[in-house]
Amino acid sequence: MTSEQQPTVPASSGSPLVSLKNVNKHFGELHVLRDINLEVARGEVVVVIGPSGSGKSTLCRAINRLETIDDGEITIDGKVLPAEGKALAKLRADVGMVFQSFNLFAHKSILENVTLGPVKVRGMKSGEAKDLAMSLLKRVGVDNQAQKLPAQLSGGQQQRVAIARALAMQPKVMLFDEPTSALDPEMINEVLDAMVALAKEGMTMIVVTHEMGFARKAADRVIFMADGQIMEQAKPEEFFTNPQSDRAKDFLGKILSH
Amino acid sequence: MENYLSLFETYNVPAAFWVNIQLSFWAAIWALAIGTVLALFRISPIPSLQLFGAAYVNIFRNTPLTIILAFGFLGLFSVMQISLASDLNISLFRIAIVGLSLYHAAFVCEAIRSGVNTVPLGQAEAARAIGLSFLPAARLIILPQAFRGAIAPLGNVLIALIKNSTVAAAGSVATESSGLMKTMIEFRSDLVIPIFLTFALGFVILVIPIGLLTTWASRKLAVAR
Repeated sequence: MTSEQQPTVPASSGSPLVSLKNVNKHFGELHVLRDINLEVARGEVVVVIGPSGSGKSTLCRAINRLETIDDGEITIDGKVLPAEGKALAKLRADVGMVFQSFNLFAHKSILENVTLGPVKVRGMKSGEAKDLAMSLLKRVGVDNQAQKLPAQLSGGQQQRVAIARALAMQPKVMLFDEPTSALDPEMINEVLDAMVALAKEGMTMIVVTHEMGFARKAADRVIFMADGQIMEQAKPEEFFTNPQSDRAKDFLGKILSH
Repeated sequence: MENYLSLFETYNVPAAFWVNIQLSFWAAIWALAIGTVLALFRISPIPSLQLFGAAYVNIFRNTPLTIILAFGFLGLFSVMQISLASDLNISLFRIAIVGLSLYHAAFVCEAIRSGVNTVPLGQAEAARAIGLSFLPAARLIILPQAFRGAIAPLGNVLIALIKNSTVAAAGSVATESSGLMKTMIEFRSDLVIPIFLTFALGFVILVIPIGLLTTWASRKLAVAR
Protein backbone atom coordinates (compact mmCIF):
# COMPACT_ATOMS: atom_id res chain seq x y z
CA MET A 1 0.00 0.00 0.00
CA THR A 2 1.46 3.31 -1.04
CA SER A 3 -0.12 6.39 0.31
CA GLU A 4 2.22 9.17 -0.51
CA GLN A 5 1.07 12.66 0.35
CA GLN A 6 0.96 14.97 -2.63
CA PRO A 7 1.92 18.59 -2.05
CA THR A 8 -1.15 19.93 -3.84
CA VAL A 9 -2.05 22.27 -1.01
CA PRO A 10 -1.30 25.92 -1.76
CA ALA A 11 1.08 27.24 0.88
CA SER A 12 -1.23 30.10 1.90
CA SER A 13 -4.30 28.05 2.72
CA GLY A 14 -3.43 27.14 6.31
CA SER A 15 -5.41 24.38 8.05
CA PRO A 16 -7.30 21.82 5.94
CA LEU A 17 -10.98 22.51 5.26
CA VAL A 18 -12.01 18.89 5.61
CA SER A 19 -10.08 16.44 7.71
CA LEU A 20 -10.73 12.80 8.54
CA LYS A 21 -8.65 11.11 11.22
CA ASN A 22 -8.66 7.37 11.80
CA VAL A 23 -12.24 7.02 10.63
CA ASN A 24 -13.77 3.55 10.89
CA LYS A 25 -17.21 2.29 10.02
CA HIS A 26 -18.86 -1.12 9.92
CA PHE A 27 -22.07 -2.25 8.27
CA GLY A 28 -22.62 -5.28 10.48
CA GLU A 29 -19.72 -7.60 9.74
CA LEU A 30 -18.51 -5.53 6.82
CA HIS A 31 -15.70 -3.10 7.61
CA VAL A 32 -16.59 -0.42 5.03
CA LEU A 33 -14.21 2.31 6.15
CA ARG A 34 -10.84 1.17 7.49
CA ASP A 35 -8.81 3.74 9.32
CA ILE A 36 -9.35 6.53 6.80
CA ASN A 37 -7.05 9.55 7.02
CA LEU A 38 -7.69 12.34 4.58
CA GLU A 39 -7.17 16.07 4.45
CA VAL A 40 -8.69 18.33 1.84
CA ALA A 41 -7.40 21.84 1.49
CA ARG A 42 -9.40 24.96 0.74
CA GLY A 43 -10.03 25.17 -3.00
CA GLU A 44 -8.85 21.65 -3.65
CA VAL A 45 -10.74 19.29 -5.95
CA VAL A 46 -10.42 15.68 -4.87
CA VAL A 47 -11.80 12.85 -6.96
CA VAL A 48 -12.46 9.54 -5.23
CA ILE A 49 -12.54 6.48 -7.45
CA GLY A 50 -12.62 2.77 -6.83
CA PRO A 51 -14.59 -0.38 -7.51
CA SER A 52 -18.16 -0.62 -6.24
CA GLY A 53 -18.30 -1.61 -2.60
CA SER A 54 -14.97 0.06 -1.91
CA GLY A 55 -16.55 2.49 0.56
CA LYS A 56 -16.16 5.63 -1.51
CA SER A 57 -19.85 6.63 -1.33
CA THR A 58 -19.90 5.90 2.39
CA LEU A 59 -16.84 8.11 2.81
CA CYS A 60 -18.56 10.93 0.96
CA ARG A 61 -21.78 10.57 2.96
CA ALA A 62 -19.90 10.37 6.26
CA ILE A 63 -18.49 13.86 5.70
CA ASN A 64 -21.91 15.44 6.32
CA ARG A 65 -22.98 12.62 8.61
CA LEU A 66 -25.64 11.08 6.41
CA GLU A 67 -23.68 8.03 7.54
CA THR A 68 -22.52 7.86 11.13
CA ILE A 69 -19.03 6.62 11.89
CA ASP A 70 -17.97 4.13 14.56
CA ASP A 71 -14.81 5.91 15.60
CA GLY A 72 -12.34 8.51 14.46
CA GLU A 73 -12.90 12.20 13.92
CA ILE A 74 -14.17 14.32 11.05
CA THR A 75 -13.66 18.07 11.15
CA ILE A 76 -14.91 20.71 8.76
CA ASP A 77 -13.21 24.08 8.84
CA GLY A 78 -11.69 23.18 12.19
CA LYS A 79 -15.00 22.14 13.79
CA VAL A 80 -15.60 18.55 14.79
CA LEU A 81 -18.74 17.16 13.16
CA PRO A 82 -21.46 17.22 15.86
CA ALA A 83 -23.40 14.03 16.55
CA GLU A 84 -26.89 15.46 16.02
CA GLY A 85 -29.29 18.29 16.63
CA LYS A 86 -29.09 21.95 15.69
CA ALA A 87 -25.31 22.07 15.61
CA LEU A 88 -25.21 19.28 13.04
CA ALA A 89 -27.90 20.96 10.92
CA LYS A 90 -25.91 24.20 11.04
CA LEU A 91 -22.76 22.46 9.91
CA ARG A 92 -24.57 20.59 7.14
CA ALA A 93 -25.79 23.90 5.77
CA ASP A 94 -22.13 24.69 5.05
CA VAL A 95 -21.58 21.43 3.19
CA GLY A 96 -23.26 21.14 -0.20
CA MET A 97 -24.31 17.69 -1.30
CA VAL A 98 -25.22 16.41 -4.75
CA PHE A 99 -26.73 12.92 -4.88
CA GLN A 100 -26.68 10.21 -7.50
CA SER A 101 -30.50 10.27 -7.71
CA PHE A 102 -30.76 14.11 -7.64
CA ASN A 103 -33.30 14.06 -4.77
CA LEU A 104 -34.98 17.30 -5.75
CA PHE A 105 -37.99 18.01 -3.53
CA ALA A 106 -40.64 16.38 -5.71
CA HIS A 107 -43.59 18.52 -4.58
CA LYS A 108 -41.83 21.85 -5.00
CA SER A 109 -41.05 23.87 -8.13
CA ILE A 110 -37.49 24.16 -9.39
CA LEU A 111 -37.31 27.70 -8.02
CA GLU A 112 -38.68 26.64 -4.61
CA ASN A 113 -36.15 23.81 -4.49
CA VAL A 114 -33.36 26.37 -4.67
CA THR A 115 -34.89 29.08 -2.44
CA LEU A 116 -36.01 26.73 0.36
CA GLY A 117 -32.62 26.40 2.04
CA PRO A 118 -31.66 30.07 1.94
CA VAL A 119 -35.09 31.13 3.27
CA LYS A 120 -35.72 28.41 5.88
CA VAL A 121 -32.17 27.75 7.05
CA ARG A 122 -30.33 31.02 6.43
CA GLY A 123 -33.32 33.27 7.08
CA MET A 124 -32.89 35.14 3.81
CA LYS A 125 -35.76 37.34 2.57
CA SER A 126 -37.76 35.56 -0.12
CA GLY A 127 -37.17 38.24 -2.77
CA GLU A 128 -33.44 38.10 -2.19
CA ALA A 129 -33.48 34.29 -2.23
CA LYS A 130 -35.39 34.32 -5.51
CA ASP A 131 -32.79 36.59 -7.13
CA LEU A 132 -30.00 34.36 -5.87
CA ALA A 133 -31.80 31.23 -7.08
CA MET A 134 -32.46 32.66 -10.52
CA SER A 135 -28.84 33.68 -10.95
CA LEU A 136 -27.67 30.21 -9.90
CA LEU A 137 -30.20 28.50 -12.18
CA LYS A 138 -29.00 30.73 -15.00
CA ARG A 139 -25.43 29.75 -14.24
CA VAL A 140 -26.26 26.05 -14.65
CA GLY A 141 -28.50 26.80 -17.64
CA VAL A 142 -31.95 25.83 -16.32
CA ASP A 143 -33.38 29.25 -15.45
CA ASN A 144 -36.07 28.82 -18.13
CA GLN A 145 -37.45 25.81 -16.19
CA ALA A 146 -37.85 27.65 -12.87
CA GLN A 147 -41.62 27.23 -12.56
CA LYS A 148 -41.72 23.52 -13.44
CA LEU A 149 -41.76 20.53 -11.11
CA PRO A 150 -38.69 18.28 -10.95
CA ALA A 151 -40.45 15.36 -12.68
CA GLN A 152 -40.95 17.55 -15.76
CA LEU A 153 -37.19 17.96 -16.25
CA SER A 154 -34.63 15.60 -17.76
CA GLY A 155 -32.14 13.89 -15.46
CA GLY A 156 -29.33 16.18 -16.55
CA GLN A 157 -31.44 19.26 -15.89
CA GLN A 158 -32.51 17.91 -12.49
CA GLN A 159 -28.91 17.29 -11.49
CA ARG A 160 -27.92 20.81 -12.51
CA VAL A 161 -30.78 22.14 -10.38
CA ALA A 162 -29.46 20.00 -7.52
CA ILE A 163 -26.06 21.68 -7.94
CA ALA A 164 -27.74 25.10 -7.88
CA ARG A 165 -29.71 24.11 -4.77
CA ALA A 166 -26.50 23.16 -2.99
CA LEU A 167 -24.71 26.32 -4.13
CA ALA A 168 -27.56 28.51 -2.87
CA MET A 169 -26.43 27.70 0.67
CA GLN A 170 -23.03 29.21 -0.16
CA PRO A 171 -21.28 26.09 1.09
CA LYS A 172 -17.65 25.88 2.08
CA VAL A 173 -17.27 22.52 0.40
CA MET A 174 -19.32 20.52 -2.09
CA LEU A 175 -19.72 16.75 -1.96
CA PHE A 176 -20.71 14.87 -5.11
CA ASP A 177 -21.85 11.28 -4.64
CA GLU A 178 -21.67 9.70 -8.12
CA PRO A 179 -23.48 12.67 -9.67
CA THR A 180 -23.59 11.26 -13.21
CA SER A 181 -24.16 7.57 -12.53
CA ALA A 182 -27.95 7.74 -12.91
CA LEU A 183 -27.83 9.83 -16.09
CA ASP A 184 -28.34 8.88 -19.72
CA PRO A 185 -24.99 9.16 -21.55
CA GLU A 186 -25.99 12.24 -23.54
CA MET A 187 -26.71 14.15 -20.35
CA ILE A 188 -23.50 13.41 -18.52
CA ASN A 189 -21.49 16.20 -20.11
CA GLU A 190 -23.90 18.99 -19.26
CA VAL A 191 -23.53 18.06 -15.58
CA LEU A 192 -19.76 17.59 -15.79
CA ASP A 193 -19.42 20.98 -17.51
CA ALA A 194 -21.19 22.63 -14.60
CA MET A 195 -18.88 20.82 -12.19
CA VAL A 196 -15.73 21.76 -14.10
CA ALA A 197 -16.84 25.40 -14.09
CA LEU A 198 -17.37 25.18 -10.35
CA ALA A 199 -13.92 23.68 -9.84
CA LYS A 200 -12.33 26.44 -11.91
CA GLU A 201 -14.00 29.03 -9.67
CA GLY A 202 -12.10 27.61 -6.73
CA MET A 203 -14.84 25.64 -4.96
CA THR A 204 -13.55 22.93 -2.64
CA MET A 205 -14.96 19.68 -4.01
CA ILE A 206 -14.95 16.03 -3.07
CA VAL A 207 -16.27 14.04 -6.01
CA VAL A 208 -17.02 10.33 -6.03
CA THR A 209 -17.23 9.42 -9.69
CA HIS A 210 -16.36 7.02 -12.46
CA GLU A 211 -15.77 9.87 -14.90
CA MET A 212 -12.04 9.68 -15.57
CA GLY A 213 -12.32 12.59 -18.02
CA PHE A 214 -13.56 14.82 -15.22
CA ALA A 215 -10.74 13.63 -12.96
CA ARG A 216 -8.13 14.46 -15.58
CA LYS A 217 -9.67 17.82 -16.40
CA ALA A 218 -10.56 19.20 -13.00
CA ALA A 219 -9.04 17.21 -10.14
CA ASP A 220 -6.05 18.31 -8.10
CA ARG A 221 -5.77 14.86 -6.57
CA VAL A 222 -7.16 11.41 -7.23
CA ILE A 223 -7.84 9.07 -4.34
CA PHE A 224 -8.16 5.40 -5.10
CA MET A 225 -10.18 3.32 -2.64
CA ALA A 226 -10.61 -0.43 -2.39
CA ASP A 227 -11.96 -2.59 0.44
CA GLY A 228 -12.67 0.43 2.61
CA GLN A 229 -9.11 1.70 2.47
CA ILE A 230 -7.36 4.52 0.67
CA MET A 231 -4.95 2.49 -1.47
CA GLU A 232 -3.17 5.40 -3.07
CA GLN A 233 -3.49 9.06 -3.90
CA ALA A 234 -1.75 11.08 -6.58
CA LYS A 235 -2.16 13.83 -9.14
CA PRO A 236 -4.51 12.67 -11.91
CA GLU A 237 -1.90 12.33 -14.68
CA GLU A 238 0.43 10.46 -12.40
CA PHE A 239 -2.29 8.15 -11.15
CA PHE A 240 -3.70 7.30 -14.56
CA THR A 241 -0.33 6.80 -16.27
CA ASN A 242 1.57 5.22 -13.44
CA PRO A 243 -0.62 3.64 -10.74
CA GLN A 244 1.39 2.15 -7.89
CA SER A 245 -0.82 -0.49 -6.26
CA ASP A 246 -1.88 -3.72 -7.95
CA ARG A 247 -5.52 -3.01 -7.11
CA ALA A 248 -5.34 0.33 -8.91
CA LYS A 249 -3.57 -1.19 -11.92
CA ASP A 250 -6.20 -3.90 -12.07
CA PHE A 251 -9.06 -1.39 -11.72
CA LEU A 252 -7.70 0.99 -14.35
CA GLY A 253 -7.01 -1.92 -16.66
CA LYS A 254 -10.66 -2.94 -16.45
CA ILE A 255 -12.19 0.49 -17.00
CA LEU A 256 -9.74 1.87 -19.55
CA SER A 257 -9.49 -1.21 -21.77
CA HIS A 258 -12.35 -0.18 -24.07
CA MET B 1 -96.12 2.34 2.14
CA GLU B 2 -98.21 4.87 4.01
CA ASN B 3 -97.19 3.16 7.19
CA TYR B 4 -93.57 3.51 6.24
CA LEU B 5 -93.83 7.19 5.36
CA SER B 6 -95.58 7.91 8.64
CA LEU B 7 -92.37 6.86 10.38
CA PHE B 8 -90.70 10.05 9.19
CA GLU B 9 -93.44 12.15 10.75
CA THR B 10 -93.03 10.50 14.12
CA TYR B 11 -89.25 10.22 14.12
CA ASN B 12 -86.76 12.83 12.91
CA VAL B 13 -84.37 10.63 10.95
CA PRO B 14 -82.37 13.45 9.27
CA ALA B 15 -81.71 15.02 12.69
CA ALA B 16 -80.28 11.71 13.92
CA PHE B 17 -77.98 11.50 10.90
CA TRP B 18 -76.98 15.10 11.52
CA VAL B 19 -75.73 14.05 14.97
CA ASN B 20 -73.55 11.38 13.32
CA ILE B 21 -72.23 13.92 10.83
CA GLN B 22 -71.32 16.30 13.65
CA LEU B 23 -69.68 13.54 15.68
CA SER B 24 -67.71 12.46 12.61
CA PHE B 25 -66.72 15.98 11.64
CA TRP B 26 -65.22 16.91 15.02
CA ALA B 27 -63.69 13.49 15.61
CA ALA B 28 -62.11 13.57 12.12
CA ILE B 29 -60.43 16.91 12.83
CA TRP B 30 -59.12 15.82 16.22
CA ALA B 31 -58.07 12.39 14.97
CA LEU B 32 -56.16 14.01 12.10
CA ALA B 33 -54.37 16.37 14.48
CA ILE B 34 -53.54 13.70 17.06
CA GLY B 35 -52.68 11.12 14.39
CA THR B 36 -50.26 13.53 12.69
CA VAL B 37 -48.46 14.18 15.97
CA LEU B 38 -48.29 10.42 16.63
CA ALA B 39 -46.90 9.81 13.14
CA LEU B 40 -44.25 12.47 13.82
CA PHE B 41 -43.38 10.65 17.04
CA ARG B 42 -43.07 7.35 15.22
CA ILE B 43 -40.70 8.72 12.54
CA SER B 44 -38.76 10.96 14.94
CA PRO B 45 -35.15 10.18 15.81
CA ILE B 46 -35.98 10.16 19.55
CA PRO B 47 -36.48 6.60 20.88
CA SER B 48 -38.81 7.53 23.77
CA LEU B 49 -41.19 9.33 21.38
CA GLN B 50 -41.06 6.40 18.96
CA LEU B 51 -41.94 4.08 21.81
CA PHE B 52 -44.81 6.28 22.95
CA GLY B 53 -46.20 6.45 19.42
CA ALA B 54 -45.97 2.69 18.94
CA ALA B 55 -47.53 1.97 22.35
CA TYR B 56 -50.41 4.38 21.72
CA VAL B 57 -51.18 2.91 18.31
CA ASN B 58 -51.07 -0.66 19.54
CA ILE B 59 -53.25 0.01 22.57
CA PHE B 60 -55.95 2.05 20.87
CA ARG B 61 -56.00 0.13 17.60
CA ASN B 62 -56.46 -3.13 19.43
CA THR B 63 -59.14 -2.02 21.88
CA PRO B 64 -62.76 -2.34 20.70
CA LEU B 65 -64.31 1.07 20.11
CA THR B 66 -67.39 0.03 22.09
CA ILE B 67 -65.22 -0.42 25.16
CA ILE B 68 -63.52 2.95 24.70
CA LEU B 69 -66.84 4.78 24.32
CA ALA B 70 -68.50 2.86 27.15
CA PHE B 71 -65.52 3.75 29.32
CA GLY B 72 -65.97 7.38 28.34
CA PHE B 73 -69.55 7.30 29.62
CA LEU B 74 -69.26 4.95 32.57
CA GLY B 75 -65.67 5.61 33.60
CA LEU B 76 -64.94 9.24 32.80
CA PHE B 77 -68.44 10.64 33.11
CA SER B 78 -70.23 8.57 35.74
CA VAL B 79 -67.45 7.42 38.06
CA MET B 80 -64.78 10.10 37.67
CA GLN B 81 -67.39 12.83 37.21
CA ILE B 82 -65.50 14.41 34.33
CA SER B 83 -67.82 16.75 32.50
CA LEU B 84 -67.03 18.64 29.31
CA ALA B 85 -70.06 20.92 29.41
CA SER B 86 -72.71 22.01 31.90
CA ASP B 87 -75.42 20.44 29.76
CA LEU B 88 -75.56 16.67 30.23
CA ASN B 89 -76.19 15.83 26.57
CA ILE B 90 -73.50 18.16 25.25
CA SER B 91 -71.07 16.70 27.76
CA LEU B 92 -71.82 13.12 26.60
CA PHE B 93 -71.57 14.26 22.98
CA ARG B 94 -68.13 15.74 23.62
CA ILE B 95 -66.92 12.70 25.54
CA ALA B 96 -67.98 10.56 22.59
CA ILE B 97 -65.96 12.84 20.29
CA VAL B 98 -62.93 12.39 22.55
CA GLY B 99 -63.29 8.60 22.40
CA LEU B 100 -63.80 8.53 18.64
CA SER B 101 -60.82 10.88 18.15
CA LEU B 102 -58.45 8.91 20.35
CA TYR B 103 -59.42 5.63 18.70
CA HIS B 104 -59.20 6.82 15.10
CA ALA B 105 -56.00 8.78 15.73
CA ALA B 106 -54.22 5.41 15.86
CA PHE B 107 -55.48 4.58 12.38
CA VAL B 108 -54.70 8.06 11.07
CA CYS B 109 -51.15 7.67 12.40
CA GLU B 110 -50.70 4.42 10.52
CA ALA B 111 -52.24 5.86 7.33
CA ILE B 112 -49.80 8.79 7.45
CA ARG B 113 -46.95 6.43 8.16
CA SER B 114 -47.87 4.46 5.05
CA GLY B 115 -47.77 7.81 3.24
CA VAL B 116 -44.31 8.48 4.65
CA ASN B 117 -43.22 5.17 3.15
CA THR B 118 -44.15 6.49 -0.30
CA VAL B 119 -41.58 9.29 0.13
CA PRO B 120 -38.13 8.13 -1.00
CA LEU B 121 -35.39 8.24 1.63
CA GLY B 122 -33.44 10.61 -0.62
CA GLN B 123 -35.99 13.37 0.08
CA ALA B 124 -35.17 13.31 3.79
CA GLU B 125 -31.44 13.09 3.07
CA ALA B 126 -31.61 16.09 0.74
CA ALA B 127 -33.56 18.02 3.38
CA ARG B 128 -30.97 17.21 6.03
CA ALA B 129 -28.13 18.01 3.63
CA ILE B 130 -29.28 21.62 3.19
CA GLY B 131 -29.33 22.02 6.96
CA LEU B 132 -32.96 21.39 7.91
CA SER B 133 -33.34 19.68 11.28
CA PHE B 134 -36.00 17.03 11.93
CA LEU B 135 -39.10 19.18 12.48
CA PRO B 136 -38.63 21.61 9.58
CA ALA B 137 -37.68 18.71 7.30
CA ALA B 138 -40.83 16.85 8.35
CA ARG B 139 -43.04 19.91 8.00
CA LEU B 140 -41.69 21.22 4.70
CA ILE B 141 -40.57 18.10 2.84
CA ILE B 142 -41.77 14.79 4.28
CA LEU B 143 -45.32 15.36 5.56
CA PRO B 144 -46.61 17.33 2.54
CA GLN B 145 -45.60 14.45 0.29
CA ALA B 146 -46.73 11.83 2.83
CA PHE B 147 -50.24 13.33 3.08
CA ARG B 148 -50.57 13.29 -0.68
CA GLY B 149 -49.52 9.65 -0.69
CA ALA B 150 -51.88 8.84 2.17
CA ILE B 151 -55.13 10.31 0.83
CA ALA B 152 -56.67 6.93 -0.03
CA PRO B 153 -55.90 5.27 3.34
CA LEU B 154 -56.97 8.47 5.16
CA GLY B 155 -60.23 8.29 3.20
CA ASN B 156 -60.70 4.74 4.45
CA VAL B 157 -60.20 5.91 8.02
CA LEU B 158 -62.80 8.65 7.51
CA ILE B 159 -65.29 6.15 6.09
CA ALA B 160 -64.75 3.85 9.05
CA LEU B 161 -65.09 6.82 11.41
CA ILE B 162 -68.46 7.87 9.98
CA LYS B 163 -69.84 4.37 10.36
CA ASN B 164 -68.21 3.95 13.77
CA SER B 165 -69.91 7.13 14.96
CA THR B 166 -72.97 4.92 15.52
CA VAL B 167 -71.05 3.28 18.36
CA ALA B 168 -71.49 6.58 20.23
CA ALA B 169 -74.77 4.99 21.34
CA ALA B 170 -72.56 2.95 23.65
CA GLY B 171 -71.44 6.25 25.13
CA SER B 172 -75.10 7.20 25.71
CA VAL B 173 -75.36 9.67 22.88
CA ALA B 174 -79.00 8.66 22.41
CA THR B 175 -79.79 11.14 19.67
CA GLU B 176 -77.59 9.61 16.96
CA SER B 177 -78.95 7.39 14.21
CA SER B 178 -78.39 3.90 15.59
CA GLY B 179 -79.99 5.00 18.85
CA LEU B 180 -82.99 6.31 16.96
CA MET B 181 -83.11 3.14 14.90
CA LYS B 182 -83.31 1.08 18.08
CA THR B 183 -86.16 3.20 19.35
CA MET B 184 -88.01 2.96 16.04
CA ILE B 185 -87.66 -0.82 15.94
CA GLU B 186 -88.89 -1.08 19.48
CA PHE B 187 -92.10 0.80 18.72
CA ARG B 188 -92.65 -0.30 15.10
CA SER B 189 -91.66 -3.93 15.03
CA ASP B 190 -93.96 -4.34 12.01
CA LEU B 191 -91.45 -2.32 9.95
CA VAL B 192 -88.15 -3.79 11.10
CA ILE B 193 -86.73 -4.45 7.67
CA PRO B 194 -87.66 -1.10 6.07
CA ILE B 195 -86.20 0.64 9.11
CA PHE B 196 -82.94 -1.27 8.78
CA LEU B 197 -82.75 -0.53 5.08
CA THR B 198 -83.44 3.17 5.65
CA PHE B 199 -80.48 3.56 7.98
CA ALA B 200 -78.23 1.39 5.86
CA LEU B 201 -79.07 3.49 2.79
CA GLY B 202 -78.50 6.68 4.76
CA PHE B 203 -74.93 5.64 5.55
CA VAL B 204 -74.26 4.44 2.02
CA ILE B 205 -75.33 7.86 0.74
CA LEU B 206 -73.10 9.58 3.30
CA VAL B 207 -70.06 7.46 2.58
CA ILE B 208 -70.06 6.94 -1.20
CA PRO B 209 -69.06 10.54 -2.04
CA ILE B 210 -66.09 10.25 0.30
CA GLY B 211 -64.80 7.18 -1.50
CA LEU B 212 -65.22 8.87 -4.87
CA LEU B 213 -63.63 12.08 -3.66
CA THR B 214 -60.55 10.43 -2.13
CA THR B 215 -59.98 8.24 -5.19
CA TRP B 216 -60.14 11.33 -7.38
CA ALA B 217 -57.96 13.40 -5.03
CA SER B 218 -55.31 10.74 -4.56
CA ARG B 219 -54.88 10.62 -8.34
CA LYS B 220 -55.04 14.37 -8.78
CA LEU B 221 -52.59 15.17 -5.98
CA ALA B 222 -50.13 12.29 -6.46
CA VAL B 223 -46.55 13.55 -6.36
CA ALA B 224 -44.91 13.02 -9.76
CA ARG B 225 -41.51 11.36 -9.45
